[in-house]
Amino acid sequence: MDDTNPPLVEMTQISKEFPGVKALDGVDFMLQRGEVHVLFGENGAGKSTLISVLSGLYRPTSGSLRIDGEEVDLRSVHDAAKHGIGTVFQEFSLIPTLRVFENVYLGRELKRGPLTDRRAMVEGARTLFRDLGFEIDIRRRVSTLSRAEQQMVEIAKVFLAKAQVLILDEPTASLTEKETRKLFAFIAKAKADGVGIIYISHRIQEFREIADNISVLRDGRLIGTVSARDTSEKALVELMTGRAIDQIYPEIGRQSDGRTLMTLRQMHGAGFHGVDIDVRAGEVLGIAGLVGSGKSRIWRSVLGLQPIRSGTVTLNGRDVTHAATRHMLRGGVYYLPPDRKSEGLQLAATARENIKLSLLGRAGMAGRFGFVAPRRIKALADKIGERVGIASGHMGRIVSKLSGGNQQKVLFGKGFGEERDIYIFDEPTVGVDMGTRAALYRLIKEIAEAGKAVVVISSDLPEVMNLAHRLLVFSKGRVSAELTGAEIAEENVLKHFFAETGIQS
Amino acid sequence: MTIQSSQTRDTEAPRGPAILLAAIRSVFLRVGVLPFFLVVSLIVFSLISNQFLSIQNLTNVARQSVYLVLVSLGQMLVLITGGFDLSVGTAIAMTSVVSALAMVALAPLMPDMIWLVILLGAGAGLGAALLIGCLNGLGIAQFDVSPFIMTLGVQSVGAGIALFLTGGVPVAGLPYDFGNFFGFGRVLGVPVPVMIALLAIVAIWLVMNRTKLGSHIYAVGGNVRAANLSGVNTKRVLFLAYVLCALLASLAGLLLTARVESGESNLGGTIALESIAACVIGGVSLRGGLGRVENVVLGAFFIVLLKNGMNIAQIGSYMQMVLLGSLLVLAVILDQFRYRMLVGES
Ligand SMILES: Nc1ncnc2c1ncn2[C@@H]1O[C@H](COP(=O)(O)OP(=O)(O)OP(=O)(O)O)[C@@H](O)[C@H]1O
Ligand SMILES: [Mg+2]
Repeated sequence: MDDTNPPLVEMTQISKEFPGVKALDGVDFMLQRGEVHVLFGENGAGKSTLISVLSGLYRPTSGSLRIDGEEVDLRSVHDAAKHGIGTVFQEFSLIPTLRVFENVYLGRELKRGPLTDRRAMVEGARTLFRDLGFEIDIRRRVSTLSRAEQQMVEIAKVFLAKAQVLILDEPTASLTEKETRKLFAFIAKAKADGVGIIYISHRIQEFREIADNISVLRDGRLIGTVSARDTSEKALVELMTGRAIDQIYPEIGRQSDGRTLMTLRQMHGAGFHGVDIDVRAGEVLGIAGLVGSGKSRIWRSVLGLQPIRSGTVTLNGRDVTHAATRHMLRGGVYYLPPDRKSEGLQLAATARENIKLSLLGRAGMAGRFGFVAPRRIKALADKIGERVGIASGHMGRIVSKLSGGNQQKVLFGKGFGEERDIYIFDEPTVGVDMGTRAALYRLIKEIAEAGKAVVVISSDLPEVMNLAHRLLVFSKGRVSAELTGAEIAEENVLKHFFAETGIQS
Repeated sequence: MTIQSSQTRDTEAPRGPAILLAAIRSVFLRVGVLPFFLVVSLIVFSLISNQFLSIQNLTNVARQSVYLVLVSLGQMLVLITGGFDLSVGTAIAMTSVVSALAMVALAPLMPDMIWLVILLGAGAGLGAALLIGCLNGLGIAQFDVSPFIMTLGVQSVGAGIALFLTGGVPVAGLPYDFGNFFGFGRVLGVPVPVMIALLAIVAIWLVMNRTKLGSHIYAVGGNVRAANLSGVNTKRVLFLAYVLCALLASLAGLLLTARVESGESNLGGTIALESIAACVIGGVSLRGGLGRVENVVLGAFFIVLLKNGMNIAQIGSYMQMVLLGSLLVLAVILDQFRYRMLVGES
């Protein structure tokens, strides 16, 4: 390395304490120009905290930070932006009530004289989205976008800033193959321009193709920095967890003669057209498709979260087509929403309270005179927490202060409050680390093998392919393929992602 | 599994009633309930009295609505940030009392420079309101006090000071020119207060639609945390919103003082409720982040029009309170629907 050129970013002995938690403990980190540096580690390891220090969101308890060899003290995100640091946060920074282009330019509005130049911003945003290959109408309000689309806006926003340090905290968590490709092409271009990139992800296979170096964090400490080329996947996982994990995806036994519990017939609605689906007991039904293919919206409409234009839904033989969400839930359906922040969790409550909430309706939980029995509920909530892998110390903490992956575990835990017949998981493992994912998959296995019906909707292709007994591929609002057993192979699935209409089995 | 061929049936041309319904829906989504309220009240009142739609009466309404329009513009700023300001009435009272006292005190000292006296008096009034705005802004932006408590507290403090300063007695003896020009004067045939309100409307429209501060006010109301992550100085934006709100109320206070030709500590008593009502009816969301200047102006105009119509229809002032309150609640309920339709699936 060139000694005369100081590294782009140099963090020395960074520690960060939150009340009761040491999130970072003496971490050293270095980033060169034109380097893609991956941060890797379990949920709660401190990855987001580290980049938050670099982004000016948190000030470190101790340690020093140099940019281009010059010591800096970043007091706000705005400050960091002035030093050329642009960040896609794990927690989104979009304003739902504003339009896409307004969001993209928020905080760096284009001006003509004292006034803002809307036309230039519209033009600029349009060009940017075209170059990035993200197909989103830039005049839409962000609140009407899906989570994946919001993620694209978030990414576009940071590319607009022309940062010299680009930080991406799990940018692909809800993106599919196609958008991920586009993003990687852009990262390659930025890298060639000498931008330093910090990339956080749990998807090893994915980041290995762009990474130069990988720093592994565990419990707030830097375990080591390794070169991506010389380190095997297995070695990485071992570094991360401190032990070897041999198999993430379990073998799930299939009940061959499972009853059909739910049927969808000729479903039409916003984003899907003429869809027929059977959901069977003892089977894992996988749902794959690109962003905007309708794979998620069809289930939202089944749950009564968005209108059904025509078609029928039956549950255990009963017609429940326009049933209210609470009736669907009471009828034995569990739904794990894809966006934990906006729909899944009570952010200001503790993890335990969140899980308890789902227990209140459960039979046998009421104490004498119909009052809730607090101790029994607490004990059960803790048991559930343990089952989904939430550390016991985390149960009493406010959910919004937990790391992203741990929030997802809480959300998962809420599904075990009541016995259900059908479990619908939309993006069940967004942002969850490998070790925990393996544990969550084992839970799915238990559920399915206990004779329940499981539906897994996911943009993580290996995930759906490995879990599903039967896989439906969505394309443009229709089911373009139904694959079972050995047919579930990557090239087979990808082929049907872009299918125009139709039909094959 | 069943396989379906694509069939598209949704391309039928919509017929008459369907078009009307779609139009109503889209107007409702874009503007809110106001157009409907406006149309209904125009029809009802013009049926009751043929004076109602006369040019003279409408000009009258325009002049009367100036004060509420100004205050509502300020109220809109803070509502869009996700808060509200209950102390606008106090800002008016303080402005009135302080500017009147200042003018009365200065007039004998410089009898030949009456416009300077008026200028200094107005400055003192605006200064008093500025103080109120800064207090609100400081408490809410810096110390995270809820807008409800902060502005309620400041409202009481300000009202107390205004009463203390005057002993509850109106301050009389203002310069004649002050009332004559700012209260009753005309420029190019347009009443001065209307002129000033028009300028304020244009200025606030520009701020909200064409400046950084405007975008940031929308952003803070849409989601504070996200705005912060985007590099917006959220505290500064909140602070400025409350300061601007107080200054706009103060402007209304000056014009009102000129109109009544005395400094009064009981001016602006009901204006907090009315300005919030005007905003909400004009489509400003109580959750923050949404709201448009032109609709708020119409909202304020509508409320004054309604009061005027009710007066013409000889509805007593007690009944008017009942109607106004109910309308506000109705508007909020409809606003909930609209928000859900806007933010939910489209
Ligand atoms: N604002 C906060 N207040 C209190 N504790 C916090 C706060 N933010 C993070 N923590 C804690 O700091 C630790 C590190 O969290 P961090 O978000 O950096 O993890 P992470 O590595 O990004 O995990 P993930 O992969 O789940 O996103 C966690 O124990 C978390 O609960
Ligand atoms: Mg994180």
